[in-house]
Amino acid sequence: MNIRQILDTVKKPFGKGEKFEKYAPAINAFDTFLFVPNHTTKHGAHIRDAVDLKRTMITVLIALLPALFYGIYNTGYQYYSQLGTAFSTMDAVIHGSLKIVPMIAVSYIVGLAIEFAFAIFRGHEVNEGYLVTGLLIPMIMPVDIPLWMVGVSVAFAVLIGKEAFGGTGMNILNPALTARAFAFFAYPTYMSGNKVWVSEASNVDGVSGETILGMLASGESSIPYDVSQMFYGVIPGSIAETSTFMVLIGALILIYTGVGSWRIMIGSVIGAAVTGLLFNLWGANELMSFNWFNHLIVGGFAFGVVFMATDPVSAAQTTKGKWIYGILVGLFCILIRVFNPAYPEGVMLAILLMNVFAPTIDHYVIEANIKRRVNRKIKSNLNVA
Amino acid sequence: MSNDIRVKNGLSINLKGAPENIVKKAPFPKTVSINPSDFHLITPKMVVKVGEKVSAGDVVFFSKKNPEIKFCSPVSGEILDIVRGAKRRILEILINCDEKQIAISHKISDFNKFSKNQILETLLNSGCWPFIKQRPYDIIADPTDNPKSIFISTLNTAPISADFEIVLNEQKKEFITGITALKKLTEGDLNICVEKNHNSFINEIDNVKIHNISGVHPAGNVGVQIHHIDPVNSGEKVWVVGAEDVALIGKLFLTGEYNPTRTIAVSGPPVKYPQYYKTIVGSSLSEIIKDAGIDTDLNLRYINGDVLTGRSVEKDNYLGFYNNTLSVLREGNQYRMFGWIPFINNAVPSIYKTSFSWLFPNKKYDLDTNLNGEERAFVVTGEMEDVFPMDIFPMQLLKECMSGNIEKMENLGIYEVAPEDFALIDYSSSSKIEAQKIIRDGLDLMISEVG
Repeated sequence: MNIRQILDTVKKPFGKGEKFEKYAPAINAFDTFLFVPNHTTKHGAHIRDAVDLKRTMITVLIALLPALFYGIYNTGYQYYSQLGTAFSTMDAVIHGSLKIVPMIAVSYIVGLAIEFAFAIFRGHEVNEGYLVTGLLIPMIMPVDIPLWMVGVSVAFAVLIGKEAFGGTGMNILNPALTARAFAFFAYPTYMSGNKVWVSEASNVDGVSGETILGMLASGESSIPYDVSQMFYGVIPGSIAETSTFMVLIGALILIYTGVGSWRIMIGSVIGAAVTGLLFNLWGANELMSFNWFNHLIVGGFAFGVVFMATDPVSAAQTTKGKWIYGILVGLFCILIRVFNPAYPEGVMLAILLMNVFAPTIDHYVIEANIKRRVNRKIKSNLNVA
Repeated sequence: MSNDIRVKNGLSINLKGAPENIVKKAPFPKTVSINPSDFHLITPKMVVKVGEKVSAGDVVFFSKKNPEIKFCSPVSGEILDIVRGAKRRILEILINCDEKQIAISHKISDFNKFSKNQILETLLNSGCWPFIKQRPYDIIADPTDNPKSIFISTLNTAPISADFEIVLNEQKKEFITGITALKKLTEGDLNICVEKNHNSFINEIDNVKIHNISGVHPAGNVGVQIHHIDPVNSGEKVWVVGAEDVALIGKLFLTGEYNPTRTIAVSGPPVKYPQYYKTIVGSSLSEIIKDAGIDTDLNLRYINGDVLTGRSVEKDNYLGFYNNTLSVLREGNQYRMFGWIPFINNAVPSIYKTSFSWLFPNKKYDLDTNLNGEERAFVVTGEMEDVFPMDIFPMQLLKECMSGNIEKMENLGIYEVAPEDFALIDYSSSSKIEAQKIIRDGLDLMISEVG
């Protein structure tokens, strides 16, 4: 018996009119993961592209991998280098993996359990969107956050951020950022300050570690990192956000395959760069005079813009809207960084804010199109008369 | 004056089995069919009964809603059967062909002096009227309307579909006559869209507007051309006629007979001899399928029309009323292990670069009918605009059609689109949205609510 036949046997009790029909979405999710189903076209075009949401989402996962691997290494690196002990790359990777792999596991188990439950309850197939969300959530958390908090944040994001709005494709806010925002406001001591960004910083005396933006917000002007360290990400921060270089590799994959919107990414960079430059000219506090280029490569800006702002469901959906949305994400990110010392990292709130305004942006872009059509009709009637 | 239109947003899909430049005469069919499902929203009211004798051009049924619109027999013979489905809905009318063909003759002395009404009357009585369709709604035109212009597209950009240059090659005189007749039906322009840089006899026709079209599919879709040349506003009507249908109308005015011959391209990867056949509208397919060297034992899909917009039929069924292409594809009802992994399956062209198919722009593909995934919610944005060359927001329009919001549909441009314009969205959607069906349902809703 080959795998296909085994699967068909296993699936039998889940078939139409059988005992476990209700639970079919769960078994189908596994089946369609192994095999592209034998469904043929019934309506419309008789041929179809090989792209489906599985392939799209997996492409995003592939784009995330460089940042993830680097994040795992950097977690160990920051820990050992702060301790001052000698260590090998392997040690760093092992330390990072021990911290991060359980977080990813918790995120997927909790999130997928809820997704499966809702799929069965609502009688639709399991959507692939959570494959990306589930990896994003641990990647944007501080490394020492307790696992149960990861679980609670995931549950909040999937239930309130997504399913409450009707499920995949209907949510207003980016689910991964909803999880982070929830954790940020519910457990602030684990999500901010200068004791959470390096592994074991709160337990081991020798280890401290503040993010660059944190230092700047508290008025320190001498940053102990140079530009190349910031760019390659040998700095403290949320797990996978630190390396702009690795994020750029991901960005190239997304742009090259056409899966991620380059308009949003470029728009955000322009928005942030111009805002940063203007504040450089003003220079009233440390964050304002922080070089505009450095603003782009520290903190979560690059990661947020490439992987979170481009979430097609919560971003603006029209071409023009994407530009406006992107530019505003960049602008607000720097604005929040500069003016609000309580939140030295602005990208999370900037994206969530623009998520809320994205439908409004689209509304005006679409209204312009409707207006063109109305004017065309008036003109045509004039010609006839 | 000629206008140039270049279509950039779209996708030309290169398939194997494009028809070669050979035109064969198919044997005269033993049976022909008239299939009311070719005529969207027409409820047939039968005129003939089973066993009755008809000549070519005799009325078989007319439209219940508009009795002026008549549908005539393409051959002389005997009504073999009237196939009915649930609620006695008429599915198909089969006619056994006589060996000796006779046609009824319409009196046409000098049609150049005909008034608009005489032209209308001739078209309606002869059975040629159904060749004239209208935008909005993509249905048979209402003869009482005053169209602001008439459009004829003489280029076909759909994959492996008939090339109208070959189709019209031996019907130039008929085509020009048809144009002269159609010109009288509108006070506006008669627009003919031709392929750019193609020196065809059409460029020489007087009193019409010629538009040069270039670019990728759906450049040949008449709806796209109308949108760029003379867009349909609410309340306006534009009539469209297929390229060979113009020649059939021309033939009516030259001979006085309804003789709906059809040049069809038989194409598709499983076709051994992809080529053209001269036959008659509604003729049985089996002889042609056999002659084109198609192995009927294989699990194949036969499509009246092109692979993006056609209607699937069985191998013993009949040719449709409008289509110039008979496409054949392999049925794709097999599983593919891990087929969704990026960069593994490179055998399908795509607007995305998640496979390496873009490296081979000239490769010809052998696609089957597999859906390549499952239907999902709308997630990815911007992909529909990439294959939709109109100043319309396709995703927003689809969503409003699904929710049945008539005012929004109107605002977003429902009057300008036909299902065929959304065929590439069907193809390229990563959520496997059935866009053509949604738009057809949306248009039908508009017809019933707005009219």
